[in-house]
Amino acid sequence: MSERYRTGDRVRTSTVDPEHHTRLPHYARGKSGTVAGFDGVHPLADLRARGIVQPQQVYLVEFTARELFGQGDHKVTLSLWEEYLSDE
Amino acid sequence: MSDDHDDSPIAAQVREFEAVLEARGLVDASELDRALEAFTHRATPANGFRVVARAWVDAEFRARLLDDANSTLPEVGLSMGGGLQPQVLHVVENTADVHNVVVCTLCSCYPIALLGPSPTWYKSTAYRSKVVSHPREVLEQFGLTLPDDTEIRVWDANAESRYMVLPRRPSGTDDLTEAELAERVTRNGLIGTAAV
Repeated sequence: MSERYRTGDRVRTSTVDPEHHTRLPHYARGKSGTVAGFDGVHPLADLRARGIVQPQQVYLVEFTARELFGQGDHKVTLSLWEEYLSDE
Repeated sequence: MSDDHDDSPIAAQVREFEAVLEARGLVDASELDRALEAFTHRATPANGFRVVARAWVDAEFRARLLDDANSTLPEVGLSMGGGLQPQVLHVVENTADVHNVVVCTLCSCYPIALLGPSPTWYKSTAYRSKVVSHPREVLEQFGLTLPDDTEIRVWDANAESRYMVLPRRPSGTDDLTEAELAERVTRNGLIGTAAV
């Protein structure tokens, strides 16, 4: 499986608020972050919840608190499937 | 919100589902009980304490643990297996400049094999919603006041990976054995809501 992103790449998360199950938390939608590393290849949770197994690259993506919440000086890292990400 | 999940609709659904599986001979109830008991008996925070103590006394073990925890745990007789699929574990290290804290904002994902069942507050909406946006305030509520220049890193176990914090070794413990060091570690220290 070829990965679309590499460590250090800037990415933006999806703004879509789907009706189905997803593992992209609301607070991290439509936000810019930096790829901090790979986090394995796992079935996309959104599809697996509907019985479809489609493995996809997962990335560790680091966000600043300022980007996520408009304030704060900490950092937050999430595991995000490639599906959730687009080029910054 | 209630923290007693036994009366929740999902618990009722699971009981119903289990009953159907048993009635059709697909699951042996006593076998299921044995497997669950074995897993929960082995899953205690003492496992995490042992990992931390080894990392404090063995720098090479520490480096391997931070680089690839899953491959390193067998060195101390542990693994992230036991569930339906082995979970990926990331160990994140506290330093003089960085403090780590773990949350699952979407539900209550937690490395049960190493830390045992999660505390009630870990599953509470209050912790899950606030630690990600205001970690410094939440840590203060836990009695942990960090210097202003300590960088806080929050790890959201929102997908397949689980996290354990490697706390800083307390000062004045140079003479302690590995077993004595393990006794100094606390569960909250492994989640990042306390120093050790």
